[in-house]
Amino acid sequence: MTEEMIIAGFGGQGVLSMGKILAYSGIMEDKEVTWFPSYGPEMRGGTANVTVIVSDSRISSPVLHEYDTAIILNQQSLDKFEKAVKPGGILLYDPNGITKPPTRNDIGIYKVEATKTAVEMGNPKVFNMIVFGSFLKIKPILNLNNVEKGLEKSLPERYHKLIPLNLEAIKKGQEIVEMVNEVQPV
Amino acid sequence: MGEYRLMKGNEVLAEAAIRCGCDGYFGYPITPQSEIMETLMERQPWSETGMVVLQAESEVAAINMVYGAAGSGKKVMTTSSSPGVSLMSEGISYIAGAELPCLIVNVQRGGPGLGTIQPSQADYFQAVKGGGHGDYKMIVLAPSSVQEMNDFVDLAFELAFKYRNPAMILTDGAIGQMMEKVELSEFKKRWTDEEVTDKWGSWATTGKPVSRSRNVITSLEMDSLKMEANNKRFQEKYRQMEANEQRFEAIQCEDAEYILVAFGTSARVCEKAVEIARVKGLKVGLLRPVTLFPFPKTVIGELAGNVKGFLSVEMNAGQMIEDIKHAIYDAGLHRKVEHFGRMGGIIPSPGEVVEALEQKFIQEDI
Amino acid sequence: MMEIKDIIKPENLVYGKSNLLVDTISHYCPGCTHGVVHKLMAELIDEMGLQEKTVGVAPVGCAVFAYNYIEIDWQEAAHGRAPAVATGIVRLNPGKFVFTYQGDGDLASIGAAEILHACNRGENILVVFINNGIYGMTGGQMAPTSLENMVTSTTPFGRDSERNGYPMKMTELVAQLPGTSYVTRQSAQTAATVRKCKRALKKGIQNVLEKKGTSFVEVVSTCNSGWKMTPVQANKWMEENMFPYYPLGDLKDSKKGESVSKN
Repeated sequence: MTEEMIIAGFGGQGVLSMGKILAYSGIMEDKEVTWFPSYGPEMRGGTANVTVIVSDSRISSPVLHEYDTAIILNQQSLDKFEKAVKPGGILLYDPNGITKPPTRNDIGIYKVEATKTAVEMGNPKVFNMIVFGSFLKIKPILNLNNVEKGLEKSLPERYHKLIPLNLEAIKKGQEIVEMVNEVQPV
Repeated sequence: MGEYRLMKGNEVLAEAAIRCGCDGYFGYPITPQSEIMETLMERQPWSETGMVVLQAESEVAAINMVYGAAGSGKKVMTTSSSPGVSLMSEGISYIAGAELPCLIVNVQRGGPGLGTIQPSQADYFQAVKGGGHGDYKMIVLAPSSVQEMNDFVDLAFELAFKYRNPAMILTDGAIGQMMEKVELSEFKKRWTDEEVTDKWGSWATTGKPVSRSRNVITSLEMDSLKMEANNKRFQEKYRQMEANEQRFEAIQCEDAEYILVAFGTSARVCEKAVEIARVKGLKVGLLRPVTLFPFPKTVIGELAGNVKGFLSVEMNAGQMIEDIKHAIYDAGLHRKVEHFGRMGGIIPSPGEVVEALEQKFIQEDI
Repeated sequence: MMEIKDIIKPENLVYGKSNLLVDTISHYCPGCTHGVVHKLMAELIDEMGLQEKTVGVAPVGCAVFAYNYIEIDWQEAAHGRAPAVATGIVRLNPGKFVFTYQGDGDLASIGAAEILHACNRGENILVVFINNGIYGMTGGQMAPTSLENMVTSTTPFGRDSERNGYPMKMTELVAQLPGTSYVTRQSAQTAATVRKCKRALKKGIQNVLEKKGTSFVEVVSTCNSGWKMTPVQANKWMEENMFPYYPLGDLKDSKKGESVSKN
């Protein structure tokens, strides 16, 4: 198993931390992982993205030109990465702020109303965990027990009291994700 | 330890320094490597192992602090990124000329000038040909994973003391900023002052006891015949390094017709390019130099006998390609050697590398 | 009649060369202050029993070969970087006595950043600053401390402050920094000033041993070769021209962390 993904959105949406929790959960499941961020001024307010690779074997390139999965959280990122999904791969997006939805029909497209749901849950910060939950529903590559361990490892101790809330958000994301068009066989 | 963590290359390097018994770190902030000093300051190793960490007023001061501390026989290091390493180059030349062991880390960014903070490999010449003045060489190690950012710190110090020579870890912003699974080294005790005197008392400025003549750390010699003799001694040492320390990793080179040569981040990209090319039925291998000086020219000379050509993949305009050509020439052979690279902070994609290989070799061969 | 061999006996000895001065021919010009200050440092390190714990840092300039003259461990620094080199040594070897020995081109020009920051951090080192207002080793060029209208090889018609700025008072500058504990300006052209200079250097060393911060001892000096004078003329010129601009005396004698100067 090798899962190559890009997570992209605005800085401050928790793009990098979602990737980190994902990667740490992978380590808890004895997998090889790589987390490669865009870095520099663009992180502050502009677009941010991170390439995360989880694999059973040694990972080669941390930098990719095509992905099994794209998790897209703003329009600029959709414009940039929709075409980079491998045929047969998936694209997961939050429709909040999206004016031109994805159009490809050779990939599986899913959407999750994460921004809206996070507000309903009373904590906009768990937005990224809702999206993470939706991803795990589509591609159950990680066991939830290991995700919980991953959260423990990636969050500083003072935030550990928030782990149950994060897990709740992940479960919510698993429930509310909607299929837009089915994964097409390659 | 056996415990795996998810850490950034820069953070791992700082942690590895503490764990390998490093005595001192002197540095100056510059992107994309500032996390190294930040991690050290956060960790406060002075209360744990006694390691000193000091933010200097400039890269110039930092490297001269390293020179001073290295002269006293201690395990000492600095880190910077490209423009900062240019500023340090004078000091590195003095350290090489005075034959002192130390570790310098360059987390490269794109140049020239202020350039970009994005990753690059454009300081290859500066690292392996001597960025400062005079005929000198550093031992240069090129990690290509976060794990190697851990492993190479101890190795670099070991080689630096073995040869009494500065060693450099030449990495880049991608590996510095990237997080991967890493197993950290066990803690090693720092040398006590008595151990330093036992090991290095013959040359280090440990304070002159009655029992020995005074130790003078200098690169100055006004007598040209003596200065030439010093140079000959240095050159002999560099030849020893070439004889003993060439390190590399060969991936799918056994049956390869074409070999990608790449180090650090671009080697990771090429590993993927080999996977893609193999799926396409192309017999491609990867030769990854781990030491850039000494360059693994022996293995390249050996491989040259069996392959049609080499593609040097670098995040620069073509620097290492010269060493590949020299290695083939030294083996008495002629092979086509081409370069593919991206500059300005761009990392080539695996697909681009395969395309370049096909364009430069396979299409022409057909 | 007393024979000479009856006079040369240890009990009759009134003056001797310090044990730590290397028995060799000096490269310094006759009349140069460097030899005197070297002797004072050698005497003090010997008298204070510091040989085994001392590391000297030599500069680039006339004193580049200081390591040939005093029997201690030495490091030769790049031009201007002696305070950084000393910082590296003393931070990792806090039990050592570390001093830099620098001229005005080295300390005040190319090494201005390093000396200010070492003093500001209060590194436990002694800085010996030989100020003769000129680059001696490279052949008499203008230094930051050259006086106005002073003729040097790069100011052949005299230092013009419009073009070259003003003579730089480094000692006054570092006295403002909280990291310095003892800051003084001395000279070494007469028996009396040599004795006074030795007392100042000793106090500087003691302050360093007591970890009070940076001690900074300027010695206003001559360069009879660069100034193109005889040693006697040079001493007179120094007294008449250098001393009014660089007045002798202690500027600061305090604990680390205080920036108030005495004068």
